[in-house]
Amino acid sequence: MESDEMSDQTQNTSDDDIVDEILELPLDSWHRAKGARMVPFAGYSMPIQYEGIIAEHRWTRENAGLFDVSHMGQLIVSGEGEDQALEAILPGDIMGLAEGKMRYSLLLNEDGGILDDLMITRTPTGFYLVVNGAVKWEDIGHLREYLPDEITLNHLDDRALLALQGPKAVDALERIVPGVRRLCFMEADSFLWGEEPLWISRSGYTGEDGFEISVPASHVEALAYALCVQPEVKPIGLGARDSLRLEAGLPLYGHDLDEEIDPISADLSFAVSKRRRMDAGFPGAVPIINAIANGPKTKRVGLLVEGKMPVREGALLFAGAEQIGRVTSGGHSPTLDRPIAMGFVTAAYAKIGTSFEAEVRGKRVPVQVTAMPFVPHHYVRKGAAK
Amino acid sequence: MTRYFTDEHEWIDVDGAQATVGITDYAQGQLGDIVFVELPVIGATVTKGGEAAVVESVKAASDVYAPVSGTVTAANDALGDDPALVNSAPEADGWFFKLTLADAGELEGLMDAAAYQAFVAAL
Repeated sequence: MESDEMSDQTQNTSDDDIVDEILELPLDSWHRAKGARMVPFAGYSMPIQYEGIIAEHRWTRENAGLFDVSHMGQLIVSGEGEDQALEAILPGDIMGLAEGKMRYSLLLNEDGGILDDLMITRTPTGFYLVVNGAVKWEDIGHLREYLPDEITLNHLDDRALLALQGPKAVDALERIVPGVRRLCFMEADSFLWGEEPLWISRSGYTGEDGFEISVPASHVEALAYALCVQPEVKPIGLGARDSLRLEAGLPLYGHDLDEEIDPISADLSFAVSKRRRMDAGFPGAVPIINAIANGPKTKRVGLLVEGKMPVREGALLFAGAEQIGRVTSGGHSPTLDRPIAMGFVTAAYAKIGTSFEAEVRGKRVPVQVTAMPFVPHHYVRKGAAK
Repeated sequence: MTRYFTDEHEWIDVDGAQATVGITDYAQGQLGDIVFVELPVIGATVTKGGEAAVVESVKAASDVYAPVSGTVTAANDALGDDPALVNSAPEADGWFFKLTLADAGELEGLMDAAAYQAFVAAL
């Protein structure tokens, strides 16, 4: 759930008086003090790495990594009947979402194309949404346009967002915020840290167990410090965030998902709830229901790449002379120590085990469709032994 | 043997008409974890400033340019099994390729170690 290249700048402007402005996040100086290499990302200066992407990736898989994701948009939708209003915008079962439960959902255009992906949670005071940083202003505009006037949209721009991810995240966080252990995957609640209100969910973008913590921006540095003095925790940059989510088979908005791609092609049909397929009352319902019934023309698949050469975003996929698809994310998997990729292929080539070729710098490399995730998820689900 | 440096962060060791090429410690530090190196084939001719190899970090692919023109005589096969040698020993075991110089005059204008150090310090 992230967009933009690591090197992306903020929007260009033709007005010479306005210089491209890269904004600072509340933890900016903390990252620099921790030795981060900062890059522009989604309009903000953000840490791409501290000690190195592979070391940070492994640390997260084995211990606990702290990610600053304060660039993401935190929104509250509230008011009488807000769940019904949100169902006119989102394809998920929002009315059936219980308090303290979260769900993955999508903003869609009338053609069924994906405007953004997001997490939505029912809280005692309304719905809490987390949207991608790079498109948050467009998302806010979209929501303002489509929500009825009596529904309120608040942008929590005075809050920062941290993610603590990895098998030891629960031990480290429980020590600082007692009680978080009782949350299961995709559950959230409010907690107090000293006198500061935290909103914590058991969720993340790495495939590991972990938490996402919404904290007042004024206190995020103190919280980051308190977390990083725990022996399990190290700060982790955007580089490892990307390699971790790729191994977890999770799509990245702006790369694997965009306005031209519908949820069914993207293998996200779980985000279109059964009841909503019947009522068809969300944007793009007709083409999406049609794609469910008839099968999509293209499908998002995972690819194992032969050899060691990374196959990256933009690489074309061929069966003989015929171009059958395109890689949308790809790179080296530190866990598997081999290149892996994600991309879209015509449906006939989407079956697991199908082999074809990727083209990199004029050379063909064999690839094979494989099940995702590439590395098993380790979520702590309700009812499972903890 | 004399070592020269380019402003593209390659080093070149020259011994008569034979030379060895790699990327500098500064370059590997900027690239981060190296996971793949694509080397030129033996017998290939490379042109000063032209693309000669590709080095891939976890995050991105980067071109490595030929510091001088010449004919490739060897490629470092050890990088196939262990591309991280470029991180651990960039200016020694992590060399990329060897070549026979086409024109020793092209070495003029390259930096020596002190000049390169000053160049990097100013970045």
